[in-house]
Amino acid sequence: MPTLISAKSNWFSSEALWIGLVIVAAYGIIPLAGTDYLLDAVLTPFLALSLAAVGLNVLTGYAGQVSLGSAAFLAVGAYAAYNLHLRFPALPLLIDLVLAGGVAAAIGIVFGLPSLRLRGFYLAVSTLAAQFFVQWALTKFSWFSNDNPSGVIDAPTLSIGGVAFTSPAERYVFTLTVVIVLTLLTLRLLRSQSGRNFIAVRDHEIAARVIGVPLLRTKLLAFAASSFLIGVAGVLWAFAYLRTVEPAGFNLDRSFQILFIIIIGGLASLRGSFIGAAFIVVFPLLLSRIGAALLGSVFDSGVLEMSQRIVIGGLIIVFLSAEPRGLIALWDRAWAAIRPANRSLLPS
Amino acid sequence: MFDYQFLLEVLIGGLLSGVMYSLVAIGFVLIYKTSGVLNFAQGAMLLFAALTFVSLVERGAPFLAALAATLVIMVVLGIATERLVLRPLVNQPPVTLFMATLGLSYVIEGAAQLLWGTQVHGLDIGISDAPFEVAGVLISRFDLFAAAVAGSLVALFALFFRYTRTGLSFRAVADDQFAALAVGLRLPRVWAAVWIVAGIVALVGGLLWGARLGVQFSLSLVVLKALPVLVLGGFDSITGAIVGGLLVGAIEKLAEVYVGPLFGGGIEAWAAYVAALALLLIRPSGLFGQKLVERV
Repeated sequence: MPTLISAKSNWFSSEALWIGLVIVAAYGIIPLAGTDYLLDAVLTPFLALSLAAVGLNVLTGYAGQVSLGSAAFLAVGAYAAYNLHLRFPALPLLIDLVLAGGVAAAIGIVFGLPSLRLRGFYLAVSTLAAQFFVQWALTKFSWFSNDNPSGVIDAPTLSIGGVAFTSPAERYVFTLTVVIVLTLLTLRLLRSQSGRNFIAVRDHEIAARVIGVPLLRTKLLAFAASSFLIGVAGVLWAFAYLRTVEPAGFNLDRSFQILFIIIIGGLASLRGSFIGAAFIVVFPLLLSRIGAALLGSVFDSGVLEMSQRIVIGGLIIVFLSAEPRGLIALWDRAWAAIRPANRSLLPS
Repeated sequence: MFDYQFLLEVLIGGLLSGVMYSLVAIGFVLIYKTSGVLNFAQGAMLLFAALTFVSLVERGAPFLAALAATLVIMVVLGIATERLVLRPLVNQPPVTLFMATLGLSYVIEGAAQLLWGTQVHGLDIGISDAPFEVAGVLISRFDLFAAAVAGSLVALFALFFRYTRTGLSFRAVADDQFAALAVGLRLPRVWAAVWIVAGIVALVGGLLWGARLGVQFSLSLVVLKALPVLVLGGFDSITGAIVGGLLVGAIEKLAEVYVGPLFGGGIEAWAAYVAALALLLIRPSGLFGQKLVERV
């Protein structure tokens, strides 16, 4: 997406104070003040989806390779962590988490190999192969789910060094920590030479090759990093949020959901991944409240689902045509309007 | 011993069901050729057309009136798509347009089911599915009918592209958008026309698929069956869509019968994708696709 500007690096310093405040609030206030419903049904899935969106953004937003198979890597992460925990009980959970991400990365590299020959739609279609293959394999081979006939797995308790994370607040803190650490690492990656290579490949593949960007390494790194992040997000989704998952939960609609998060939130923006995820999680809840208030009993779950589809689909079109940089651009503009002194620091 | 009769039966069944895939793929190719957009919403349009038709018939409209009304609605949908989705996105990279059609497919699916409900409708277009026997091989009458429809549709398109002014402008735009613009063709009008034609293809495909599977949400998922067809045949070739459809149909059925048991079955969902991927690695623009020439 050549029209998108590259990541500016100065927002971090200008907003460091605010980010500090958000982190303090996220750790200090929300776990104490939030209700179980808020923590369990809103914030934890929001964080897991944010991480998945960060992962997809690395691949699609920064490196320009469209993927429709994100849910497959969520599933790979979740099932890999489950099996590692089951078959190597001696391994600590954090190691399981990292290894599960590693397994997702390895599979991501395999399905990323076609990207060396394919571009655009052809690649998008080939990532669908990952989606269908993984879902089929997890349902078909009961080994992955410890011989559960329908492929359902029950997540083990989250515990690190004897400290168990069982209550909604504790699972939220666990998720939050993992997401923050990985997001910061991603930020580092994107600001390194590799990150600049991603953007070069996205903006013009041939030009990038001419100036000496190693295409093979760059693309595979993008696939690996992206799949790693999405895989870990899958572990969080399965272990911290749902705790009982089945392969059907990682279907194509989930892949689209993650793609929609980064389109609505903002392609090639890590903050956008978070805003987009917040929107996707909160929007259905809001819509059901508003719909029920306005239309009463006519607004049943079927109508809700359909109107949700219409609005999300419509928003995708509106954002792509009116504001391709997504919600985060609106946010920045609003921010600049409130604090004119910051205007020069923000991307135009 | 190897049962050749059975092999032949599987092969023919596969080829005929492949024709149904081609029917969906043709809609994609039309739009891709003329506007460079991979229209993910083709499946949703198929669902919308079939659902509208069935609902009108169930509400007592006669067959032909329902068909005409659905046709009008598909025309309006085509014009609206050009006006509301394509025009604001003109000059955007193809991938952006692709994602827009993804959004469009959500809107159309949602609207179709909000309007007509989510229950499964039966659709009878008066063709029996009873198989008949040719030289010991069972062939489905319905599949044969579908193949005939697809065949005449392709013939019709060939004539349309060859002998009408609109067809000529389609070919001009497909050949070179800028040149077409320069000689005075109105691109928005051509695009609207193409989306209308794709809508009509969706209607035909929707009726046939609906008669086969019942008219329900999963109808929009045939789009996923059509994608490997496009990859195999190349996104911009109608011949490719036909050959690709036949190949995918045959590969799916043969793989399911002869390779499937090795994995415990159910490989139909991805066999076509793997075949398409394998081909892509050898020929990155499909069997009949135009070679991509890149200028820096």
